[in-house]
Amino acid sequence: MCTTCGCTVTPGNRKLAFRPVAGGATTVTVLQNLLADNDRQAEHNRSHLDAHGVLAINLMSSPGSGKTTLLEATLETLGSECRIAVIEGDLETENDARRIRAHGVPAVQITTGSACHLDAHMVHDALHKLNLHDLDLLFIENVGNLVCPASFDLGQHRNVTLLSVTEGDDKPEKYPVIFRAADAVLLTKTDLLPVLGDFDPARAAAHVRRLASDAPVLRLSARRRDGLQDWLAWLRAELEAQRERVARGERVRPRVQPDGARLHVAQP
Amino acid sequence: MHELSVCQALIRQVEEVARRHGAKRVKAIHLEIGPLSGVEPELLRRAYGLAASGTAVEDAELCIEALPLRVRCEECGAESTATANRLLCARCGTWHTRLVSGDEMLLRSLELDM
Repeated sequence: MCTTCGCTVTPGNRKLAFRPVAGGATTVTVLQNLLADNDRQAEHNRSHLDAHGVLAINLMSSPGSGKTTLLEATLETLGSECRIAVIEGDLETENDARRIRAHGVPAVQITTGSACHLDAHMVHDALHKLNLHDLDLLFIENVGNLVCPASFDLGQHRNVTLLSVTEGDDKPEKYPVIFRAADAVLLTKTDLLPVLGDFDPARAAAHVRRLASDAPVLRLSARRRDGLQDWLAWLRAELEAQRERVARGERVRPRVQPDGARLHVAQP
Repeated sequence: MHELSVCQALIRQVEEVARRHGAKRVKAIHLEIGPLSGVEPELLRRAYGLAASGTAVEDAELCIEALPLRVRCEECGAESTATANRLLCARCGTWHTRLVSGDEMLLRSLELDM
């Protein structure tokens, strides 16, 4: 959605939008994103986070690619530098929240039942269970799924998509929507690369570039605590950037925001 | 299948617009869906049948227009069609492109009986 005027006319749909009316009924032009209600809630969440100077990062990946293990390894180092909380999304169980709390970090578990993704309303409810005054960094661990989470803005500032090397290096080519939405791509479980032999990190990165994305593609093994420095440096830079934005009263949204809408702002 | 969540949100929107215009009936719903929206038109259609059942828009026809995927090159300026996993410039081949259309998930218009 265009953030200036709220409409959704893009160069691609402009001529369709104002096509003449078919006979018989009155046609009303609406031009609203199908998830307008979710987007409004997401924007509310983001303004809430910005008001408290919190940076929110949405972690997306297939189940079992190492999101929680990555968070555990991240908390070990970053936990002493800034105040962190985690919102965990799963269909069932408190398992992941328990793992996070064991590190002395507040965690809110959202159990979605059968829903395959988090949405902005669920995250809003979870935010009310956290004291934002006491936070610098919020991780939202989305439901493990390479499809649905990409369509729902939660109010986060950045998207991170994980790809574990056991999944194959062609996943960005097979699931372009979620990898295009990533502000950073993490290739995880790289300690398994010698065993697998057929995962080429350069090929995975090339697939990400073909999505017209300049997102950094970082390699790490959270379990072996290997390669974490690049990820931690990215997080520290994002934290600093968020502090500067908040001081200037600016707001950043993740890449999931349609490019078409951004172009529309610049169109006559 | 997040298409069901999308349909539920769509139906709320449609009911709201219809109510605002004092419509007797919603005859047709026109959507525009791009290949990079993350929503499958065919799944959306099936989910709509489920989500609309028992609502005021149950009988409305769902018309989905699939939008083309187009990119504009940031290096040579050319505009070309692309595919969902190859957003490259068709003229010079670079990946430094911007999406012009193709990620829309849009309620374009409603046909209402007033």
